[in-house]
Amino acid sequence: MDLILPSSGLIFWQLFGFLALLFILIKFAWKPMLAAIEERETSINNALKAAETARNEMANLKAENEKLLAEARLERDTILKKAQDASVKMIDDAKAEAVKAGALMIENAKAVIETEKKAALADVKSQVASLSLDITEKLLRANLSDDKSQKDLVEGFIKELKLN
Amino acid sequence: MTRKFLSLSILLSAFLLSFSSVSFASGADSEDGGEDPTGFIMHHIKDSHEWHFFNVGHTHVTLSLPVIVYSGDRGLEIFSSKDFQDHETHAFGEEYAHEGYYIDSHDHMGRVDGASFTDLSITKNVVMMFLVIAVVLILSLSAAGHYKKHGAIAPKGAAAIVEPIVIFVRDEIAHKAIGPKYKKFVPYLLTLFFFIWIGNLIGLLPGAANLTGNIAVTATLAVLTFIIVNVNGNKDYWKHVFMTPGVPIPLLLVIVPVEIIGLFTKPFALMVRLFVAITAGHIVILAFIALVFIFESYTIGVVSTLMVTFINMIELLVATIQAYVFTLFTAMYIGSAVAEHAHDEAH
Repeated sequence: MDLILPSSGLIFWQLFGFLALLFILIKFAWKPMLAAIEERETSINNALKAAETARNEMANLKAENEKLLAEARLERDTILKKAQDASVKMIDDAKAEAVKAGALMIENAKAVIETEKKAALADVKSQVASLSLDITEKLLRANLSDDKSQKDLVEGFIKELKLN
Repeated sequence: MTRKFLSLSILLSAFLLSFSSVSFASGADSEDGGEDPTGFIMHHIKDSHEWHFFNVGHTHVTLSLPVIVYSGDRGLEIFSSKDFQDHETHAFGEEYAHEGYYIDSHDHMGRVDGASFTDLSITKNVVMMFLVIAVVLILSLSAAGHYKKHGAIAPKGAAAIVEPIVIFVRDEIAHKAIGPKYKKFVPYLLTLFFFIWIGNLIGLLPGAANLTGNIAVTATLAVLTFIIVNVNGNKDYWKHVFMTPGVPIPLLLVIVPVEIIGLFTKPFALMVRLFVAITAGHIVILAFIALVFIFESYTIGVVSTLMVTFINMIELLVATIQAYVFTLFTAMYIGSAVAEHAHDEAH
């Protein structure tokens, strides 16, 4: 058989065989295979896209969380500050109140003391008066004869007075 | 590794060189049994009506193949190749005619009465072709079976071998060379690639037939490509051939015939390229093997074996490259036929 002269028989069989191969492979191999590969590629692409979206969402969520956290922190600080201010004010108020109450009590006590003093003075005055009256009465009652007796009498009275 | 191997072989050659004169002397004795190297090579390259594997002593280990003949007057007839040859030497010849047909010493079918007929024999290459088809079918169908069974999951087994090639042909060859309308042509390109590739690889095995290095096979494939390209040719493509845009009318007288010739040279180039690349590779390998029988020397034997191994490795590469190139050029021709392009400024 010749090297560069195609033989009819081989052409016939080659055409027949190759076309048969082509049709069998197209129907049973390449179509399902290409479809499966394409399907897988699509699913992989979709999965990648989904992962990307999820990642973005995660990032967004994280940023949001951080924002929320920062806000919460800020709020906590303000609340704390307010509470502190309030407590300071309350203590100050209580102190002022106490001072005021104390002052009032002192005032009252002073007034009471003053009244008592006045009453005591008045009492002393009336006692002095009655005492003087008593002395006078006794002086008058005892007939004062001499100076000596008078003197003794006065002294006796003073002694009596001292004893009081 | 390679260097070690090389130095070892040189050492071995130097050692064996001392025996070479003896071998040459003994070689002269067996001159009568020696083969004509050209015949030996051509016998392996060409198609044949029987598949000859090797000889054990004087026994020829062969596979007799069906000889199918169709003639207008006698209809379809089927014989066996052993009807047409000497039973001892397995040689074909006009003297072994059978039922009015004979196969001559060049493996040509002839009819004793000289009337016309068609030789549709299942020759060595046809059997080889069926073998290649079987391998491709097993490979791709088992790969496709994976997807049928498991759905669109990661490939495994045969699918893991076939899928990267499928994707390569689809993305790197079809998509790049054809453009957006590539999908329709991927199955043809895949079949082409696998048939040529597996054919090239099996053809490298010892005893195998030179299928993809046969001009009838490459011509058939090229004609199929030619048909597919021109059937799918769009308006732009034909306009480019018959009314090349931007060319003055008088020049068209020259350009149009050139373009028409171009339609045929493209598949012709495909046919010749594959045929030459594969046949040449086989010839080189066989020539190195033939050297052993010509010189009948150990030295040449070692060197030849090394060279054959080396060329075989290159041939593995060529097998793949040629399959790729045939497929790529087919895709490019299809691409030029289906491309939609505005010619107004281009020329």
